[in-house]
Amino acid sequence: MKLLGTREVYGDTLAELGALNKDIVVLDADLSGSTRTSVFAKKFPDRFFNMGVAEADMMGTAAGLASCGKTAFASTFAIFASGRAWEQIRQSIAYPKLNVKIVATHGGITVGEDGASHQALEDIAIMRAIPNMTVIVPCDGIEARSVIHEIVKYNGPVYVRVARAKFPVILPDDYKFTIGKGVVVRDGKDAAVIANGLMVSHAIEAANILGKEGLNIRVINMSTIKPIDRDLIARAAKETGAIVTAEEHSIIGGLGEAVAAVLAEEFPAPMKRIGIQDIFGQSGTADELLPHYKLMPKDIADAVREVITRK
Amino acid sequence: MQKPADIEQLKKWAKQLRMDVLMMLNKAKSGHTGGSLSAADIVTALYFYKMRHNPKEPKWADRDRFVLSKGHAAPIQYAALARCGYFSPKELTTLRRLGTMLQGHPDMKITPGIDICTGSLGQGLSMANGMALALRLDKRPSRVYALLGDGEVEEGQVWEAAMSSAHYKLDNICAMLDFNGFQIDGAVTDIMNIEPLSEKWKAFGWHVLMIDGHDMEQIIKALDDAETIKGKPTMIIAKTVKGKGVSIFEGKYQYHGVPPSDEELKKSIEELGVSVEGWPLLKILTSNT
Repeated sequence: MKLLGTREVYGDTLAELGALNKDIVVLDADLSGSTRTSVFAKKFPDRFFNMGVAEADMMGTAAGLASCGKTAFASTFAIFASGRAWEQIRQSIAYPKLNVKIVATHGGITVGEDGASHQALEDIAIMRAIPNMTVIVPCDGIEARSVIHEIVKYNGPVYVRVARAKFPVILPDDYKFTIGKGVVVRDGKDAAVIANGLMVSHAIEAANILGKEGLNIRVINMSTIKPIDRDLIARAAKETGAIVTAEEHSIIGGLGEAVAAVLAEEFPAPMKRIGIQDIFGQSGTADELLPHYKLMPKDIADAVREVITRK
Repeated sequence: MQKPADIEQLKKWAKQLRMDVLMMLNKAKSGHTGGSLSAADIVTALYFYKMRHNPKEPKWADRDRFVLSKGHAAPIQYAALARCGYFSPKELTTLRRLGTMLQGHPDMKITPGIDICTGSLGQGLSMANGMALALRLDKRPSRVYALLGDGEVEEGQVWEAAMSSAHYKLDNICAMLDFNGFQIDGAVTDIMNIEPLSEKWKAFGWHVLMIDGHDMEQIIKALDDAETIKGKPTMIIAKTVKGKGVSIFEGKYQYHGVPPSDEELKKSIEELGVSVEGWPLLKILTSNT
């Protein structure tokens, strides 16, 4: 299966868009090589601002730029973007609804060797809690590219989480992302797995495993966590009667809880959340950490079998 | 060329704004008295002398920007905006009430003339830097003015921003520090010493001016001088008195977040030497509308 890095796609797409849109400015906090904003920086040095290791200042500066009509992209690792600068994002960006795109790289456990200090497992929860904030986790490089295009067209604050690890490409080249719309990437009637990020490809593999057992599993790519696609979730519950969520994030406050809230209000159905079980991560390779924290296709398949018994 | 400053007229405006602030806070029964009064002369000089702005066109792209980083002094900014004509002075009576356009802290979405949201201390200078970068990119003549509190500079982000302004040589920024010596819990020197202040800003690469923040001539001169400094940002450290203008509030940190009572308001009116008859706004404010 072809692999493509979502952060690599981000850097390249940003540089492409920078040529078309002179109002795009980019800020980074001393991680431009890792976040790939360096690609933009090389092409448009006048519109790139390295703010040093100072995430709070970076978010405030991005807000100021946006208040004067710029489309400001601010990037650093997800843990620092969301955690270190949370209140700056809330006060200076989200409250005034300024046009700042926080594209946070190195989200999730697949950050790997750097360990718990660098693994953002709570970023979606804390970004989702802020009014006016749109929260997106693309599932592959194809989607990441479309996401960057679409958020430039949208006037308002957005948090996008991309990854250090390269993801399998699962979407067709002509795929077009729409903010707030989930996509059925594989249809089925026995249960639905609602996933985002890397977990979408794992969910597809889980569906393949279960297919061999005669189970027909729907897989939904829920790349926008906020605003969430309520209709698609409710329909999945009605039509399949059992839901599993899968995310590379804490089971607290992320996709799982967002889906649970919709189910509880719209169409209660048995469900189970695959994700990090309210614990910190640790060092290791991505390939070691994913099975360790039970984020593999096999784990999703187990969860699906279990929810089906509760139908 | 800018018209020469009419110092006497500016002093009158400062008095008017102080009056407005006390009336607003008394009516709202909450808000920050001390820090609004200490900034009154600075805010007057900005809105009635220095800044390029147009109350009829609050979003004019070439206007100067003002960032009230010490957002709790919002009442003094609201008074200035009302007196400049951004909205009717009648609106001042609605401060902090449900549905008001005059929120407890500045809100750019709903108040004409407010350029940015503030209120959480320490964030204003970063936003001012962002504005200055954008204005420079667009080759606009606009300058950015930011007013910080002295307790506020205890926030680490202020110093991150101070580094950035100097690093990016933002000579279109003029920051001012309302150095009234008090924060909520007491004297700044007791709570968390911030001195030596001038040396700190200089060490961060700023051009620093020290003035008496209640001497209108000194304020005007400092604002004019700041405009001539190239290649670096300017910080005007303005020594002020918390609660300046009315003796019962002067130098008292207890009035940081406490509004004047009816009795205190009466005394203030007498002391400021303005009769209710002479100030049409007072009629509006004192009547139970």
